[in-house]
Amino acid sequence: MKAGSNLENVLSKGLFAVTGELGPPKGNEVSVIKRKADLLRGYVDAVNVTDNQTAIVRMSSIAASSLLLQMGIEPVMQMTTRDRNRIAIQSDLFGATAFGIKNMLCLTGDHHTFGNQVDSKNVHDLDSIQLIDCVRTMRDQGTLLGGEEKIEGEIKLFIGAAENPFGDPFEFRAIRLAKKVAAGVDFIQTQCIYDMNRFKEWMKMVRNLGLHEKVHILAGVTPLKSGGMARYMAKNVSGIIIPDEIIDRIVKAKKPAEEGIKLCVEQIQELREIGGVHGVHIMAIEWEQMTSQITEMAGLLPRPKVA
Amino acid sequence: MVNFEPKIVAFCCDQSGYPAADMAGGLELNFPGNVEFVRVPCAGRIETLYLLKALERGADGVLIFACYEENCQFLRGNLRAKSRLSYAHRLLEKIGLEKERIEICHLATNCGPKLAETLHRKSEQLKKLGPNPAKI
Amino acid sequence: MIKAEQKPLEEILLYLKSYDRILLSGCGACVTVCQAGGEKEVGLLASALRMARMKMGTPLEALEATPARQCEPEFAAELSETVEKVEAVLSVACGVGVQTLARHFPKTPVFPGVNTTFLGETVTHGVWEERCQACGNCILERTGGVCPVARCAKQLFNGPCGGSSKGKCEIKREADCAWQLIYDRLNGLGQLYRMEEIIPARRWGVESRDSGLRRIVREDLKV
Repeated sequence: MKAGSNLENVLSKGLFAVTGELGPPKGNEVSVIKRKADLLRGYVDAVNVTDNQTAIVRMSSIAASSLLLQMGIEPVMQMTTRDRNRIAIQSDLFGATAFGIKNMLCLTGDHHTFGNQVDSKNVHDLDSIQLIDCVRTMRDQGTLLGGEEKIEGEIKLFIGAAENPFGDPFEFRAIRLAKKVAAGVDFIQTQCIYDMNRFKEWMKMVRNLGLHEKVHILAGVTPLKSGGMARYMAKNVSGIIIPDEIIDRIVKAKKPAEEGIKLCVEQIQELREIGGVHGVHIMAIEWEQMTSQITEMAGLLPRPKVA
Repeated sequence: MVNFEPKIVAFCCDQSGYPAADMAGGLELNFPGNVEFVRVPCAGRIETLYLLKALERGADGVLIFACYEENCQFLRGNLRAKSRLSYAHRLLEKIGLEKERIEICHLATNCGPKLAETLHRKSEQLKKLGPNPAKI
Repeated sequence: MIKAEQKPLEEILLYLKSYDRILLSGCGACVTVCQAGGEKEVGLLASALRMARMKMGTPLEALEATPARQCEPEFAAELSETVEKVEAVLSVACGVGVQTLARHFPKTPVFPGVNTTFLGETVTHGVWEERCQACGNCILERTGGVCPVARCAKQLFNGPCGGSSKGKCEIKREADCAWQLIYDRLNGLGQLYRMEEIIPARRWGVESRDSGLRRIVREDLKV
């Protein structure tokens, strides 16, 4: 065991993992985290805690992850390289692991100009792949990046990263995953999948490179709430592809939200059948109450109790 | 200000503005009292600096007589003049001068009357605007 | 070359508010090429400033000069006589040129007339784009001659990120994704294997501006 987290246990036992996502409050309102935690508890194996997602200032991922631990939920602490240099990153990892955080997700992060502090200076001392390498060094060599300085104590982290099969150039996307694997990633959560054909094609390339045996891939899904949301995402979010027939299906549905949930469940069932997919990552953003329904309908309950 | 006779600098393209002025002269058409014609080989020769310098050195208004669009002997000279004019307009705005003080007029060799009319109209307009307050 | 853009006229007027006689100094090098501070732009800006101040009722005398390279002490020295006659200098050279004059003329205020923007290339007449960050350790040999430090919004060394879509960057949609360019170029060269190698964390702290003031000393050239 690299970190002995629940997520790692589930995945290493070959069980189909389920992770959820929680956006911390835009302030210090702990009740927001508690409310969302209650909606997710028991339905997922671990919960991603975003790190100032889309560069909107929120409670830090470390603090919110620690609060989740106190509430009995296992966090996957996200960490971006946008806001921290390697001094801050390694110091934060000392702190996070001291609090008992065992999973992390290494990200470059959304560009700061998307957020609410556009005048800020971005850092990008490391990129996501270099961050993976940094955390792996800390964990496996017990030293800081550079390999010289010994760390007091042990950094036990189950290292995750994101990958987007819908970014371009498509032919390079599996190779880029191979770079993350080479850097030392243990699990991958993908960008939300709507274009199933492209995802399957990507997974085929991943299998051809043998990566599915070296890394756990959790397929990302996001239930669509409305036709407007589907259209907006398809048009405005780079790196998300929503095929027209899916947009049509949601737009034409009498109850779009219900249809969105149904679609999401169908997607999970289809993803489960794809070789090399070891779990799903459900990003029901500001719609956490649907996680229970989705996991229930997709037959993912009860979540396994593994020690 | 009753006797204010605006000074106009008229840049004339050799392919249109200048022959038109010549024709107007031949027809003995009447021009406003204070016009200085500047002959240029093509409107594309007119730098933004010329437009500003004319005003700085005492003109109340500037006219560019250039060929009709798509009718430039040097292909894009008149279009270049147009984009330099719009740059000059932005500068005038910042300086605090009315952008009407500089204008472009597209014409052909046989447009003597149009040239004379344009000069008169400009002169009347400048009389209303008053003397250029920024001239040195 | 260094690229710059003229500052807004109102900002420049504000700097010069309390002066009646200035020198407007351009530069015959980079800023001439990007038409922000060459002889022509000096003339245009001087003319605009004179008229604006005349209109405000506080006439300004603006002398004009455009040394060949304002960032060289020898050329700055050529301005000495003129600078004696003025109360302040407005320099439309890059930030380097402004500092050369400031160092050279300790008793005369020197104001910047342009914002120095980037090290870039002429894409087409009237369009310039950033190409180099002077980061101190060139990796163009690994990236097919396309610089991710200057051209990737996130300065990724192992890109492209998930926001690369149809060759464009999600952050500035009119901009090409640097890593797509790198991919295309290496693909064309038959060197895609270069993109499979992980580029390790950079030594920003000792190579780049982050190390503090950088200085090049060539003993063989010193006099």
